[in-house]
This record gives sequence, C-alpha cells and structure tokens, in this order.
Amino acid sequence: MYDLIVVGGGPAGLAAACAAWDGGLRRILIVERDRELGGILNQCIHNGFGLHYFKEELTGPEYAGRFVKLLGETGVEVRLDTMVLEVTPERRVHMVGKAAGYRVEEARSVILAMGCRERTRGAIAIPGTRPAGVYTAGAAQRYVNMEGRMPGRRVVILGSGDIGLIMARRMTLEGAQVLACVELMPYSGGLNRNIVQCLHDYGIPLYLSHTVTEIRGRDRLEQVAVAQVDKGRNPIPGTEMVFDCDTLLLSVGLVPENELTRQAGIEIDPRTGGAVVCENMETSLRGVFACGNVAHVHDLVDFVTAESQRAGRAAARYVLDAGAAEGPVLTVRGGDGVTYTVPQRIRPAGVERAAELFFRVNRVCGGSEVLVTSGESQIARFPREHLAPGEMEHIILPRVLLDRAEEEITVSIREVAAT
Amino acid sequence: MYDVLIIGCGISGAAAAFELSKYRLKVAVLEKENDVSTGTTKANSAILHAGYDPEPGTLMARLNVRGSALARTLCPALDIPYRPCGSLVLGFSEADRASLQALWQRGRANGVPGLALLTGDQARALEGGLSPSVTCALHAPTAAVTSPWEYCLALAETAVRNGAEVYLDAGVDAIAKTPGGWQVSGRRGVFESRFVINAAGVFADRIHDLAAPHAYAIHPSRGQYFLLDKAEGDRVGRVIFQCPGPAGKGVLVAPTVHGNLIVGPNAEPVEREDTATTADGLRFVRETAEKSVPAIDFRQSIRNFAGVRAHADGDDFIIGEAAGASGFFDLAGICSPGLSAAPAMAEYLVELLGEKGLELEKKADFICQRRRIRFHELDNAEKAALVEQNPAYGRIVCRCETISEGEILDALHSPIPPRSVDAVKRRCGPGMGRCQGGFCGPRVVELLCRELGLSPEQIVQDRAGTQMLFEETKGGGAHV
Amino acid sequence: MRELICIVCPKGCRLRVDEAHGCAVTGNGCPRGAEYGKIELTNPTRVVTSTVRISRAAHPRCPVKTDRPIPRGLIFAAMAALEAVNLTAPVRTGQVVVRDVCGTGANFVATRDL
Repeated sequence: MYDLIVVGGGPAGLAAACAAWDGGLRRILIVERDRELGGILNQCIHNGFGLHYFKEELTGPEYAGRFVKLLGETGVEVRLDTMVLEVTPERRVHMVGKAAGYRVEEARSVILAMGCRERTRGAIAIPGTRPAGVYTAGAAQRYVNMEGRMPGRRVVILGSGDIGLIMARRMTLEGAQVLACVELMPYSGGLNRNIVQCLHDYGIPLYLSHTVTEIRGRDRLEQVAVAQVDKGRNPIPGTEMVFDCDTLLLSVGLVPENELTRQAGIEIDPRTGGAVVCENMETSLRGVFACGNVAHVHDLVDFVTAESQRAGRAAARYVLDAGAAEGPVLTVRGGDGVTYTVPQRIRPAGVERAAELFFRVNRVCGGSEVLVTSGESQIARFPREHLAPGEMEHIILPRVLLDRAEEEITVSIREVAAT
Repeated sequence: MYDVLIIGCGISGAAAAFELSKYRLKVAVLEKENDVSTGTTKANSAILHAGYDPEPGTLMARLNVRGSALARTLCPALDIPYRPCGSLVLGFSEADRASLQALWQRGRANGVPGLALLTGDQARALEGGLSPSVTCALHAPTAAVTSPWEYCLALAETAVRNGAEVYLDAGVDAIAKTPGGWQVSGRRGVFESRFVINAAGVFADRIHDLAAPHAYAIHPSRGQYFLLDKAEGDRVGRVIFQCPGPAGKGVLVAPTVHGNLIVGPNAEPVEREDTATTADGLRFVRETAEKSVPAIDFRQSIRNFAGVRAHADGDDFIIGEAAGASGFFDLAGICSPGLSAAPAMAEYLVELLGEKGLELEKKADFICQRRRIRFHELDNAEKAALVEQNPAYGRIVCRCETISEGEILDALHSPIPPRSVDAVKRRCGPGMGRCQGGFCGPRVVELLCRELGLSPEQIVQDRAGTQMLFEETKGGGAHV
Repeated sequence: MRELICIVCPKGCRLRVDEAHGCAVTGNGCPRGAEYGKIELTNPTRVVTSTVRISRAAHPRCPVKTDRPIPRGLIFAAMAALEAVNLTAPVRTGQVVVRDVCGTGANFVATRDL
C-alpha cells in the first residue's frame, strides 16, 4: 500500500511528489509512461521557464532537470515506461510496463498529473485532401528537438498558441522557411514575448482573423488556402491567399487528458476539460487530486509547479490527518468576461491563509478590474492593466474575505478603459 | 502460370482470393498501392446491410443478403470486428411512410428476416436520441457494422496463409490474350494466368478495356464523413438511415466497431481518386444528420475523410465473364452493398469460374481461422499473463487506443507486412484515436525503421510518396 | 517615443521608450524591463537555444543554449557554429559545447544530462 501514487512524471507529477515527500509522506510512487521523467519539458528546449519559481530563465530540460534532481534527494519510487490503465474509485491503480508487467497497486491517495494533448485537424475540420505533412506543432517539436529530423521545409502554421510560435522560430533556425502564422481569432493565443521573439525577429507574418480553408496535395502537402474570417469566424469570400508549402503545423489548442479521470467517475468541468477541483486540488473523489495541465491548460510551467505543490501538500495532509477539510463549500463561478476558474470549489475551512484562484478571460481587455462578488456584495477587487485569453490570470483571496462569502462567489471582469 | 490472377486487393479482390484459396489452385493478387484495402474499402460507412434496399432479382439483392449472413460466421472465425446492431430507416412524412412500406416489401422479397415497421414513438423507444419529428421507421435487426479494412486484411492474410500470393506496388499496364489464358504485365513484371479477375474498384473500367471491348464506365461518387470521438460513440446504438434517394442510402449516423460514431456520407460525382473533403459537403452531412439525431456533438469530431464509390453504368454489380474475352472476369461496379456482399460475390464468382472449366478441388488443410491479440480487450488476468510471457505487450505505444508495442510487432510480422504508418494503423489501431497519432506517430515510425531496416526519410504516412520526414537537423547538410 | 512589448518575462509589460531622452523607459513592471527597453532599441540581444548531435546517448540530439544573450544579428552565425559539433555521452547540464560563440564571449552549454 502506497501513501501516494502520482500518475505522470512531467512537471506536475514531479512537483507534486516532491511536495508530498516534504509534507511527510514516505511511500510515494510516480508512474511515468515515457522512458524518462520530465514529460513535455524534454522537448521544450527553448528558454523562458522558471522566472517565477527559480527567479531565473531556464530551458525546459533544465527546469525538468532541477526537479528530477530534487526528486533524487527524496525516497520517491519511480516506475518508468509504465502506463496507467485505470484508477478505480477505491484508489487501486492498474498499470502495465515492459519491465514491471501488469500490476495493481493500492494507494491512500492519488494525484492525477497526466497533462494534456493537442487538438488535431479533425477537431477543427479543415476541408481538403489528406496528404502527409500536416502535423500538430508538438509532434513536429518532438521530431526536430528530440529525434533530429525535419518534418518539413516550407511551413505554414495554423494557430498562434505558444507551441506554434516556438516552432515557427525553431523551424526557421533549422533552415526551413516559415511562410505565415495564421490565427482564427483577432488576437494571438500565445504569449507576447513569443510573438516578438519567434515571429517579429524573423519577419514571419501573423495573420489575425484568418484561417486555413483548404488543404491541397495528393501525397505530400502542396498548398494551403488561407482566408480572412468575419466576426462569426466564417471565411470571407474573395480574401483567399494560397501558400505553396509542404508542411502545415497545427497549434490549435490543448485538451486535458482525462480518460482515467472520467473512467474513475470523477466530475469533469466542461469548461476546463479537467476535473472539478477544490482549493487544494482535490477532485470530487476523496483522496484523489488533479494538478497541472490535466486540471486546466496552463501557459507557464511555474504555475503548474505551484499548483502541483499545493496538490502534493494536500495529499500529504489527507493521508496524515486522515481526511480533508470539512464545513461549507463555496462554488466559484466565472461571471462576465471569465471563461473558467480553478478551483471551482473552495472550502474556507481548508484554506490556511489565502486561496489562490486561476482564471482565463474570454476577450482582450484593457484597463480592467477583476471583481469577486458573493450574492449582492463585492468581497474583493483587483485592478489589471491588460487581460488576454492567452494569458492565465490569478488572484489571491485571503481567508478573511472568503469567510464573508456565502454559498457562491463569482469572478467577473469590468473593463474601465478601452483597449 | 497461375490459375487465377486477381487485379486489385480491396474487399472484392481479397474476398475472391480468400474463396479461391480454399481450392488447390495457384492464385495471385496484384495491388497497385503499397497496401491492400486502400481504395473504396478503407473509406465507407462500414455497414453490413440487411438487404432491403436492392431491387428483388438483382445480384445486389441476392448477394447482399447472402453476404451479410456469411459474415456472421466468417467475422468471428477470422477475428474481424463485427457488431450485430441492427438498423433503422427513419421517416419524417407520409411520403417517407410509403417509401418505408416499399422497402419493407422489397426486404421481404429479398428474404431479409425480422423486418418491422415502427411508429415514431416505437423508434424513439429503441433510440432515445432520435428527432421528435421522426414519424415512422423500418427496423432491420440483421444489419451489422464491421471494420472494412480489417475485413479486407483478414481475407487477404488468410488467403496468403493458404498459399495465395499478394503483390503490392503492382499496378497493371497491359493485358494480352495468350493461347493458354492471359498475360498481365505491369510494375512487378509479367504474370501468366489461365483466368483473370478484374477487381480494380474505381479503375475497373480501365482494366476491363485493357482486355476486352469497352462495356461499361465507372462513375465515381464521393462521400464525405465525420468520425467522432468515443465520447459520442453511444449517441446511437443502431445504424440510423434516412429514406434512400436517387443518390443512394443517404446520410447515416452509426456506431463503429471501435466505439466511435460515424456520420455521413453525401454523394457527389468526382474524379476517380478525389478523396478531398469540402466545406459544403461536410456542412451538408452535418445538417442532414442533425435531422435524424439532433444532439450529435460535432465538436467531438476527430477526423474527416472521404471515400469514392465505384458506381458503374446500370444499377447492379457487374459480375461475370466479359463479352469477347474468354477467361477474363469482371467484379466491377462494386458500390454499396459491396462490403456486405463480398463473401457471397466471391462464392458466386468461383461458381462461374467452375462453369468455365476451373477445376475446384478443395484443400484438406484449408486454414479458416485467424487470431490477433487486442491487448485492451483482455481482462486483467489475461493482460498480466500476456505481458509475463512477452514484455513487448507491456509497452503501450498508442495511449488513446491502448495499443501495445507487441501488437505493432505482430502486425509488422503478419502475412502482408505493413509498409506505412497508416498500414500499421489499419492492422492494429495506433493513431485511430482522439490524438490521431500525435503522440504515437513518432514511436510507430521508430518501430517501422527498426523492424524494416529503413531510415526515417523512407517512412511514408500512407501511399507511396507520402513522405513524412526530411533530412536530419545539424550537419545533414541539405539545408541552408 | 516607441512602444514595445517587454519580453523579459511572460508578463508582457507594455513599455514606452523615449528615444529623445536617453531611452527612458516607462510602463515597465520591474527594473529588468527598463533595461530590456533600452537594449531592445540600441542593441537587441537574444538567448539562442538549439540542439547538437550526440552519440551513444538515449537521444540523437542534445539541447543547448547560449549562456547569455547574444546580439540578435548573430543568431544564424551562432546556429552555424553548432553544425560541426558532435558530442559523446555522457554530457552534463551546463557543460560548455562551443566556447565564445562568434566572438560574443557567450558559450553554448548543454541544457540536460544525457
């Protein structure tokens, strides 16, 4: 019987396991499907990681390396090359691996840290032929950075999510020609720094409010047609441009990987695509926690780390104190301008000093206020100079404020100055 | 000298090879692509129809009903996914009610068992997701769904295990009459055979014209589809049709044997191999399907695809010896219900060949069994035992579909080894799931390279020419 | 007056740089932003990340970075300096792979253990 089984050895799982160890748990197992720890960070060789957490700028592998080193100083057990097939509501974890075979391990607590996957061509229904050369940006990143293979030479990128932007630069540096980055929305889904460093630096045009309307080519991709879209996101006739290219990279969103979560009967929030979680990242199943991109898609690994440490500490408390916080539960609602919040529930009794709340906005806003209300009363207000859907926001709600709330709190945006 | 040479290894050619391999004959199949099952067979609705659609007295009617019945025993024997789910044809109006009546009568005439006309409420009692505007329906309990490419592969592989030969990348350029039969030449050289079977799908008219006076033309008709995530797989439990029209059986909504939901097709004339999807076609499919099942969540789409039906002149299959070409047989115009009819078509074809002098002596040692390991379908104890015995089954390569390295290795060493990433997918499923190979693609490429001794640049996604990767980074030298 | 998005960290502060007055920066959330605004207009620099070949390791490529930012105009020259490198495992994070890249004083260093 383990105190804790962590499903996934990426940044979320590593931070959660370390925090649970520091919280006093001693029988901890990380199950990782890959042959090494670190998850997607291993292929994210660019820099920009760790500014919040380590106060210095690291590359993905370096960031992962720091945590692998920290983990090495604990007694946490790691099973690599092992896939978790099922987590039962009784916290029995079924797993299979080449070395370990088929095993069922029991745990007093479980942390789900499986991360996310990329949306595909099918999910966005681009018409046309089905040639080779249409890749998700992450798959291309793996080929270039880990396997040292070029997946294409003349490239168009659909979607301005961070991986797409990073790959625009990466492909350019390795000698490919990146012709355009095409974004359906009127704003980019990626971080500003990536637009500057990955597109502007290399003169790669960014077409906002545009989309790929057709894929052409019999064997290998030959052309993509790109058109401007109207406010309803429908292509505008007569605006079509054609790019001769052999590769289309898709950076059209990430989806939390929650098959195990669903299978376990855990409540899912359709807005995040992840489990509904409480202030300590506990899911609707007692003793089972979720953190990192499996709970909601982050744009900064530093926040994944912080959130996962919270989950790790909470799992330790759950096991050592035999149970979690009791008492009233506040439902957190996304109000005007807010797509989702994490956590979706707060148990004030479980909050020591303050609860950290992450959310995303649904439009680009200039000078704004983030309002936290409960019923008729406003319990907190946070000014922001700039808000964008591509950048996750977070606020900190002190316990004293939460004690004033009843049943429900709502987070909404009030724009005070035009963009 | 072969006894029978089959041109084309889609479902028709594979079924013919399978049937012929039961006899002491020398049989070969020439396939122009780098895998079997790459034309119409790989992109269709995957339905084994009950058989109420075709006009009584046609080959289609007889072979559909017989073929679907044969599939019931053949599929389990050859480990072909098969789900006897039944079908409903929906009616929304009085005119539709009359059409359903006519279908019911046709079905009875064709010998389709168990047909029943239902009210709208009775239909909704069976299928909760149906539209409130459904007023009547025809229930056909004997309809089933299968995996068309696995069906084709199973037939072709079993034929190979029974001594038939399958040549890939073997396009045919010329066919000439010889005193003893036929000479067929093309990419893989010259083949001599007493009999030739033309199972060339959308190219059947061209192959026919190489050997015999022009007799018919193929009019390819494209159908576009959505494939939805397993989250939508239970939206319906049966194949849901609308009343057939002049363009075919119309847009259906159906569960797949893999647990997904398939929605389509439309019908539009195209060039032979034009399998592109279009915004208009997909919109039509979607809007028409929503008339049957309003709540389909198209945001769960994981793939769009299109297939081309090999419609010929006339409304029936063209099966038989070509006029003016003794020993040259057509298996042409195999559009719907071709998949359903395939094993019966093959039986009928062999009967015709026998009448023309082909000696049909059964093999005593015919193998009519095939098993492959599907890791995710095993129970826990079986999984444990399997991994114990061979650890390769313990490494999960495709996490969406839970496909193990062991299964991929099995496929790579199967009777018709796959040569592309999609060919591996057709054999054991990696990349079929929601991530569409984003995660497992690179790992499948690695296994293909290792097992086939190829470099990554030589690995193709699907057909020849669908190169996936280019030069190495760093010192590959090819880039500036 | 030039407007810039600060890229020192992912916050993306909107900087205003006054070229007429010694590149004085406003809108920055931290001192590093002020420095970035000034440098970005006078001599923009970037950390370059890429990979080099490696033999006898778990992967055929090892990730590397410049250990300090180099002038933006030298990025492609720096990339070219990686072409001929072929490491042999084991390699440690921080190990110098190319010294003094293009005379900038920056080194390419490995960014993982392999």
